[in-house]
Amino acid sequence: MWEYTDKVRELFLHPHNVGEIKGADGTGDVGSIVCGDALKLTIKVDKASETITDAKFQTFGCASAIASSSAITDLIIGKTIDEALKLTNEDIAGYLGGLPREKMHCSVMGREALEAAIADYRGETKAESDEGTIICQCYGLTDTKLRHVIKENSLRTAEDVTNFTKAGGGCGTCLPDIEKLLTEIWSGKAILTERTPLKKLTNIQKISMIQDLIEKEIRPLLQSDGGDVELIDVDGTNVVVSLRGMCSECVMADVTLKNIEKKLKEMVSNDLTVTIS
Amino acid sequence: MNVVYLDNNASTRVADEVREEMMPYFSELYGNPSSMHLFGGQVHRRIETAREKAASLINAEPDEIVFTSCGTESDNTALMSALQTMPDKKHLITTRVEHPAIHSFCKLMYGKGYRITFLPVDKQGRLKFGELETAITDETAIVSVMYANNESGVIFPIEKIAEFVNSKGVLFHTDAVQAAGKLAIDVKKMPIDMASLSGHKMHAPKGVGALYIKRGTRFSPLLTGGHQEAGRRAGTENVASIIAFGKACEIAALNISAENYRVKTLRDKLENGLLYSCPGAQVNGDIEHRLPNTSNISFEFVEGEAILLRLNEYNICASSGSACSSGSLEPSHVLRAMGVPFTSIHGSIRFSLSRYTTDSEIDFVLEKMPLIINELREMSPYT
Repeated sequence: MWEYTDKVRELFLHPHNVGEIKGADGTGDVGSIVCGDALKLTIKVDKASETITDAKFQTFGCASAIASSSAITDLIIGKTIDEALKLTNEDIAGYLGGLPREKMHCSVMGREALEAAIADYRGETKAESDEGTIICQCYGLTDTKLRHVIKENSLRTAEDVTNFTKAGGGCGTCLPDIEKLLTEIWSGKAILTERTPLKKLTNIQKISMIQDLIEKEIRPLLQSDGGDVELIDVDGTNVVVSLRGMCSECVMADVTLKNIEKKLKEMVSNDLTVTIS
Repeated sequence: MNVVYLDNNASTRVADEVREEMMPYFSELYGNPSSMHLFGGQVHRRIETAREKAASLINAEPDEIVFTSCGTESDNTALMSALQTMPDKKHLITTRVEHPAIHSFCKLMYGKGYRITFLPVDKQGRLKFGELETAITDETAIVSVMYANNESGVIFPIEKIAEFVNSKGVLFHTDAVQAAGKLAIDVKKMPIDMASLSGHKMHAPKGVGALYIKRGTRFSPLLTGGHQEAGRRAGTENVASIIAFGKACEIAALNISAENYRVKTLRDKLENGLLYSCPGAQVNGDIEHRLPNTSNISFEFVEGEAILLRLNEYNICASSGSACSSGSLEPSHVLRAMGVPFTSIHGSIRFSLSRYTTDSEIDFVLEKMPLIINELREMSPYT
């Protein structure tokens, strides 16, 4: 049972500003139903003064996601665009009297929706956080976005990065990368740089390494989640596999494939690609 | 306001008769059952009576029952015993939908070099039996398949599985924690070598369980120390809870058919009512072969934790397979193994009834649930 504050409970049971503004000046769509929470924020802006005159939300998610969404609308109505952009996820959590640590990602989602809605209003197509390299495949999070949240909230542990962004909360394979990112940010040294290229392998060495890795590391992981993978062929640098069980039907099949590719690149050779037979 | 408790697969209320039976062991009957004097010795005799009652629930012999501290300890003991007594066999077979007590143990053993096969289930949560036939080898130390699933309520064909595993000369364990007391289990009718039971799932208190070990099964204890439980589980007995466990088994055995018929009728009323009043709802799991008290329903476009907390406002208790309510970010491994789409898992709610559930409680849930679902859907960006 989560320990929610009275404010969270109140805004969850009786949220303010539910709905969608027709002909909104800005729309922010973040999250997805697959990930377990999603928020659509619409805002009305008075052009002359750049003031947010109205805001409404629609949220799929848990109590703290709904309360955070309601909080962001309360916080931004009446503010200018510039004032609104100064709001942090801590401000949202603070407005709610605090959130359980594990639920901080709900406040981060609220803040992201706000950024996206304002970017949409300004006619910017892509938010800054969408650029960069993907760190967490499960939730599609880039290093740029993680850096932003880590710095803004002074996060020191990978566990907190998961609490605030969900990164690493799925399959967990990116947790070492998150650790490296944290070290890099707080020590000021570049660690998450290109890995040193591995020495060239013979084809037979390569195939046996791939076989070994799939058998000993990748299959047990997938099997425990109800999936399976089989190595079909290695054609030059292209590794052909077939996904079985859950994996083959899963909406995350692409992600699974990318994870396998990442693992093979890391452990065997950087030039490998993975495709489905 | 009264609590409407529909989370009996998580834990159950201690029956009044059970509580009364255990009370003397907190006051006048405090002797150690291992003592030589009569004061302690009389307690030992009561434990043996409890053992007889526990045995008769599953038609076992009393000396085939070992009392433990919980279902998890029973599960861990069974698997560890198999590995200890057959050190040359490095393969375990289980399913993808087991309780963490089995799942985590297997993952731990995987890290220690064992090979683990997690048998898949189909979309209805039914075990793919053919996969067991191909997975079993001379290397297999034990096959562990749950009797009934805690989340979906799906019952596995344990007799067929046990007979097949037995024909291959491999040990068979079943986690019968959810099935015991709800289904008639007869260990004389099928070659089950070990079975785990838990007290608090059948109206005994938390902190007591049992492990059935068929006569002649090679066994190695998990806890070593004193000679309690015939040397199979060291540690001074949790006397009051063991007495309670015995009483709970006795009551369960008496009521199994009548109560379950009544509970099943209420469950069906709840399920059909919800499917009727909430569009976009569907039942997860094989509705033919299912525990009589369990209903797992997915409500599209709404998130489980939000539903639970709204239910909580009416003092209605249930549980969910959604990621948010699990404490981790991962949704239910059982529903994922069944191939339930993520979108539906996030909105899954499990109702589990007991013999204390009343008709008016079901009416109350049927009245409140559509309101909750509608309100949350009005908030959802997907509707």
